[in-house]
Amino acid sequence: MSAVTDSPLAIEVRGLVKRYSSKAAGEKIAVAGIDLDVRLGEIFALLGPNGAGKTTTVEILEGYRNRDGGSVKVLGSDPGNLGAGAANWRDRIGIVLQSTKDAEDLSVAEVVHHFANYYTNAKDADQVIEAVGLTEKASERIETLSGGQRRRLDVALGIIGNPEILFLDEPTTGFDPEARRAFWELIRNLRTQGTTILLTTHYLDEAEALADRVGVIVDGKIIEVSTPSNLGGRNNAKARISWLENGVRAELLTDNPTKEISVIAQRFTGEIPELAVHRPTLEDIYLEMIGGK
Amino acid sequence: MSKIIRVGFLRGGLEIKQFMRQRESVVFTLLFPVLLLFIFGSVFKGEVAPGVTFSQYFLAGMIASGLVNTGFQQLAIMIPIERDFGTLKRLRGTPISPISYFIGKMIMVFTSMIVQIAALLLFGVLLFGLNLPTTVDKWLKFTWLVLLGSICSAILGIAFSAVPKNGRGASAVVSPIVIILQFFSGVFFVFSTLPKWMQDFAALFPLKWLTQGMRSVFLPDGFASQEVAHSWETPRTAAILIIWLVAGILISLRTFKWSEK
Repeated sequence: MSAVTDSPLAIEVRGLVKRYSSKAAGEKIAVAGIDLDVRLGEIFALLGPNGAGKTTTVEILEGYRNRDGGSVKVLGSDPGNLGAGAANWRDRIGIVLQSTKDAEDLSVAEVVHHFANYYTNAKDADQVIEAVGLTEKASERIETLSGGQRRRLDVALGIIGNPEILFLDEPTTGFDPEARRAFWELIRNLRTQGTTILLTTHYLDEAEALADRVGVIVDGKIIEVSTPSNLGGRNNAKARISWLENGVRAELLTDNPTKEISVIAQRFTGEIPELAVHRPTLEDIYLEMIGGK
Repeated sequence: MSKIIRVGFLRGGLEIKQFMRQRESVVFTLLFPVLLLFIFGSVFKGEVAPGVTFSQYFLAGMIASGLVNTGFQQLAIMIPIERDFGTLKRLRGTPISPISYFIGKMIMVFTSMIVQIAALLLFGVLLFGLNLPTTVDKWLKFTWLVLLGSICSAILGIAFSAVPKNGRGASAVVSPIVIILQFFSGVFFVFSTLPKWMQDFAALFPLKWLTQGMRSVFLPDGFASQEVAHSWETPRTAAILIIWLVAGILISLRTFKWSEK
């Protein structure tokens, strides 16, 4: 983990372990010793394939599940042992769960206004509805909302209490591209207001677009924590040069592509045939990371 | 504490709103009992004792059933559905107290129950000329039976909500229990004519005592001699309801689940 710890921690996880046992599959380790620091005010993305342990980890942090080992602190409290402080702690966090279908017979405004009553520092309900772009739908029944609108309502209910930390579990699964862009804008706006955000996603572009830092989680372990631009050593990954020489495809991996190309160029008069310089995309690196494990 | 109660009442308002917007639940809860009263009242014209029509006997049983339908049956089916739909999980992620949630449920149960009983009494009087109690004593007894019965029924519904594995199957698990108890407890048949083993079995559960209690309100005092025990057994009725209430609270505290996992 990087040495940058200039702002205090919102989430601190050490050696987190969670096992599930079922009659059919025996014991399965869902989370196999995770360390995680999320600083106040940052957007942290837990990135990984389905079944990697993202949701289990987040649900432990949210206080929904017990853990089998390790220590967890969220806003200074242990979500697995909140005791009498539970209501106060929940007053300070916001949770956007994976798909829900509750309250279908109520309107957007009714539900958001109602949930505002649960919190001591609730935001103005109409402003929250505005912020998630549902003002036009405010008086409509929830059953009439599209998937994307439904998700925006989930976010509205997640932020109505003016949380210090917002948990978002796979917020844009099933969105069309336009809805995802709009949703990302909404999340960025929350960050500018100082909300710490922990989101899980299996979309690489989502992590890249939103996160200050990304933790890649595979088989219950975090295999790397980095900024999106440095993930997998992408910033100093070798470039791949390929060209055609004597009818054969030649390839070269190098840290200095410009120098290498000038050397190769001396062997040709004019253009190097079929010259290509390729740097790995984030996706190449990510697929290599999750595939290699 | 005041916040817990205030939020509980707000939830109650929201639950009533949701209830009223679900047409099936309104029809099932409000019209179905009236329809049953109409059918049974039309088919069975006779008297179960001199001056006591079957309709009058049946009315008492249907009101007692109403307490079980709107409390036990409604909650034991609705809570597993809310668990499936994520309602409970979402609530658990907020600062709301479970007590507020239960207050909301109680308010909803109580409202639908009052409306159901009012509909039964109204139709009973208008269509079949049924007799309402005429003494203050009987109305007082009616009041405490309704209060104790509905709270007991609702708490047992919450306790039982841990049994159905999911929302889809809840109705199939809960409804037969209620229907069998209705047959065994003297709702559809005159209780004293049932086989003894059925009477003994029914006596273990609250519905039998609620129907008997309602008969003591809606039937002439003299009918007490026609009961199996030759008495209304009022103190025993109260005691058994209180025992079930306490058991329901203890079970709910141990088994209530916010989520399916």
